[in-house]
Amino acid sequence: MDSTKQVKKEKPIITMERISKTFQVEDGEVKVIDQIDLDIRENEFLVLFGAGQCGKTTLLKMLAGLETISGGSIKIDEKELKGFNPKVGMVYQTTALFPWLTVMGNVEFGPKARGIGKTERQKKAQYYIDLVGLTGFEKHFPSMLSGGMQQRVGIARAYCNDPEIILMDEPFGHLDAQTRYMMEEEVEKIWQEEKRTIIFVTNNIEEALYLADRIVILTECPARVLTEYKIDIPRPRSLVSEEFLSLREEISSLVDLREGGNDAE
Amino acid sequence: MKEKTKYIIISIVSLISFILLWDLVSKSGIISAKKLPAPSKLFETFIYKLGNKNPDGNTLPIHIWTSLKEALIGFFFGIVIGVPLGISMAWFKKFDKFFSPLFDLIKPIPPVGWVPIMITFFGIGIMSKVSVIFIASFIPAVINSYSGIKQTREVHKWVSQTFGASNRQVLFTIAIPSAGPMIFTGARVALNGSWVSLVAAELIASTKGLGYMIQTARLVGRIDVVFVGVLVIGVFGAAMMEGLSFLERKLVKGGRRS
Repeated sequence: MDSTKQVKKEKPIITMERISKTFQVEDGEVKVIDQIDLDIRENEFLVLFGAGQCGKTTLLKMLAGLETISGGSIKIDEKELKGFNPKVGMVYQTTALFPWLTVMGNVEFGPKARGIGKTERQKKAQYYIDLVGLTGFEKHFPSMLSGGMQQRVGIARAYCNDPEIILMDEPFGHLDAQTRYMMEEEVEKIWQEEKRTIIFVTNNIEEALYLADRIVILTECPARVLTEYKIDIPRPRSLVSEEFLSLREEISSLVDLREGGNDAE
Repeated sequence: MKEKTKYIIISIVSLISFILLWDLVSKSGIISAKKLPAPSKLFETFIYKLGNKNPDGNTLPIHIWTSLKEALIGFFFGIVIGVPLGISMAWFKKFDKFFSPLFDLIKPIPPVGWVPIMITFFGIGIMSKVSVIFIASFIPAVINSYSGIKQTREVHKWVSQTFGASNRQVLFTIAIPSAGPMIFTGARVALNGSWVSLVAAELIASTKGLGYMIQTARLVGRIDVVFVGVLVIGVFGAAMMEGLSFLERKLVKGGRRS
């Protein structure tokens, strides 16, 4: 609770002003993001929530420098974002691990690409491998790991590059419910141990409520900010507390939840 | 482990029963021994050919050595030039546009079709065979490394780019390792192709080598020598493939795809 009050005073780490994204298609253009204004504070756990398939991933890709911005501007630490920024790390929807590298090889990839020496980067990688609970699996290849474990490697890999901001794009969408709960607890635990700004995309309302300091609800194509909720329920949260359930009810009624189903991409 | 021994036993049983059946067919006279010599006779011929130059002018080890040398040199250059070319074509658009028209023209020509041309250029020495084998292995090497690089997953490139990897780093740390299995598929097709076209080339033009040995033995009616030659070709072809698989296991990690 204290930490929430603390972050309130701080300047935003990310400022988005009137962000738009238009894709050119054969017969004209499609607008997927329409003038989003959003400030994100340092160490905030922000959840982007929306039922549709449109806009959320694109927004994250713009933050990661993987997608151009059609209109508006994004500032990180008051600097205009242009292309890739080492301050931003990303955890992907499907496990985007490198199958030809071991767990260690995957986690140390970022520091290695930046030219950090072997001893130093492996020490750091080991720290994050331990943090996500994969001690002893350093030499395993991704194909030998379960889906949940693979996503843990993905999280460790993102953290190991020392980003200030970590983007998570429906990282648990492909996991079974049980593993998903475990991973949500894990992400919260890691976030509390290693404070970072997290932007988490999901279309699962429980996941959003369990993790978020703040939930920003986006409309369906094009994505606009519909409304936002500050979530002050103390952590760790119970999925069946009255507060939780009433918020869940309220948000669900706001968005046309086209239940699960189109999770797959 | 137990499972593995079982499979090995099954394979051995397969070989032994094949040889026994062969022996039976040959000795019972169902097929005349003049056409199908018994395995024991072939073994004798094999031992004899190890040290004797009849009927084709060279001992078996010299034929084997000649063929292996030609095949491996041609294969080596096919891979060493073909794989980097395929990778560059897949990665650099200008390269692709420059080489594709030429390559598409050469691609459909069966390697053996080059034999007469190469004989004109290089005579019947080692060079004519090496160059045919070079073409036979160069083409699959280019095709497979090209599509291996093209199949690099977008998300893998993103990951490395967000980590600040340069274009060069993306090529060497992402695209090439993920194309590894495909590159080896290409090498396997290339090795197979080079061994096959080698024997064909030797049948047409040479003074030694396994293909030449078979051809000469047939002309003088030494069917046993023909059989020994054919079996030796099979054994060495399989051994080279095994060597390549060994190399792949050493170099390509983490399974073929995850």
